[in-house]
Amino acid sequence: MRKVMTGNYASAYGAKAARAQVIAAYPITPQTSIVEKLADFVASGELDAKFIPVESEHSAMAACVSASIGGARTYTATSSHGLTLMHEVLIWASSARQPVVMTNVSRAMAPPWSVWADHMDSVAQRDTGWLQFFCESNQEVLDTIVMAYKVGESRDVMLPAMIIEDAFILSHTSEPVDVPEQDAVDSFLPGFDPDIKLEIGKPMGFGSLVKPDQYMEFRYKAMLAMTRARTRIAEVEREFEEAFGRGYGGLLDEYRCEDADAVLVIAGSAAGTARHVVDELRSRGLRVGMARLRTFRPFPHDEFRALAKRIPGIAVLDRSYTYGASGAFYTEIRGSVGPEEDVAVMKNYIAGLGGRDITPKAIERVFEDILSLKSQSQVPQEPEWIGMKGMEGRMR
Amino acid sequence: MIEVRFHGRGGQGAVVASEVLANAAFREGYEVASFPYFGVERRGAPVAAYARIDDKPIRIRSSIYEPDYVVILDNSLLKGVSLLEGLKPGGTVMINYPDDEKLDNVRPEYRYYTLDATAIAASHGIGSKVAPIVNTSIMGGFAKICDMVSLDAMLESIREKAPVKKDENVAAAREAYERTRVVRA
Repeated sequence: MRKVMTGNYASAYGAKAARAQVIAAYPITPQTSIVEKLADFVASGELDAKFIPVESEHSAMAACVSASIGGARTYTATSSHGLTLMHEVLIWASSARQPVVMTNVSRAMAPPWSVWADHMDSVAQRDTGWLQFFCESNQEVLDTIVMAYKVGESRDVMLPAMIIEDAFILSHTSEPVDVPEQDAVDSFLPGFDPDIKLEIGKPMGFGSLVKPDQYMEFRYKAMLAMTRARTRIAEVEREFEEAFGRGYGGLLDEYRCEDADAVLVIAGSAAGTARHVVDELRSRGLRVGMARLRTFRPFPHDEFRALAKRIPGIAVLDRSYTYGASGAFYTEIRGSVGPEEDVAVMKNYIAGLGGRDITPKAIERVFEDILSLKSQSQVPQEPEWIGMKGMEGRMR
Repeated sequence: MIEVRFHGRGGQGAVVASEVLANAAFREGYEVASFPYFGVERRGAPVAAYARIDDKPIRIRSSIYEPDYVVILDNSLLKGVSLLEGLKPGGTVMINYPDDEKLDNVRPEYRYYTLDATAIAASHGIGSKVAPIVNTSIMGGFAKICDMVSLDAMLESIREKAPVKKDENVAAAREAYERTRVVRA
């Protein structure tokens, strides 16, 4: 049934549709209405789950990992400083190969304090071994939670997944969301039934010490799992599309890129605005497109390599910045493609930090700029920061 | 697409007003999006909220800078910054304003409507006497001035969204619909 709801409620409905069995969460700021709604579902009996309020996000993730080792499907949600406090246990979750699913309401980090959209918190967890899905709409948030359990719990994957929901722009925006029928979700997503779990009467050790002659093999197997996740994400999305009639473009969601002279790479909610701008510019005769980075991990290297071979200009917009380098998306894309002379002109733009609005006009200027560049030698080393006030921006 | 901007103070329900409108328009078959601009939820502080209504899916995620409608829940905000900034020529202003006072500074390029939402909400016991929650009353009036949303759809939306006193909120909105005044059409 289609209902008007916020991104936070879409997350809660997603966890409910997936029949999460254990929800552990820190209930105070920076927590959001996601777990408040889930607590309601559990209290009213609409969701048969154990809700564990804990004293920190670190403990929330520890509780999820432990419950998952016990064979329960687990869910939690957090945001910004809550996510970074979890860092240690995020690595534990993926290394213990527990398919926990979590929504991160992606927000800026302090100081200065900000509660608005920014990808730094999520991007900073890049190396924790989690699958990371950036979402464009509230519907995608709900649907991706359901899909993420199926991908993560696959026997040959067994990895946790982070669903990234932009603060305010999705979390507090009310829009129509189709809540799928429970029967349909149940037949799409079977219960969590891991091969190995902690059971009473079957003593077993998890997360023990290994010597240097064994450690690398654990890491190698996790690497293989992440690689298999690429295929699995695509397969699960095809199944989802067959069952529910909605798809999201796999790892890299391309929009009007076929014959484009320039393509904007973007992630999260601003992709919607970018689609609007692409249509506007196309109606004025400019051949532009948008490629939405849907998964940051696993990274769509092959997709970018193919894109760079056929598109003359690629603009990469990052909503975070890695000091001393460039935007993280840009660094990854640069690393995906071959020798410079074979590929497109590529330029990095930093925008939307701390909730600064990414307007249609800002995106239009990025397109104009990238279309004006003819060779990589014209592109400065440092990224361009968009819409700076009273400072020397490279582009005004 | 029409775009609406709401101005109020924390506690008056501007954010819920934007949700009530979006929900009502959705009931009429439109695609909708509503969102607040805040972050520091303090009672009494100026708050803004926004709504978009379209017959196509809404993809644009940036804020609203050139609204078609501005809805003002607290007329003490009229003394501050220009609440009409960016309002399109021919746009509509709706203000919670006492029935027995004359509205000043009416600009020729806009349509103006007023409604004594404070008195109506207070008489139906919504919120406290000193700080009535005016959002449902003002949305009753909005149904009169915007032809995309019928009174029935608005009342159903209010019934769904009001956390308490559902009947009182619906009655207030119905009364507000009748008592909406044209200042300049």
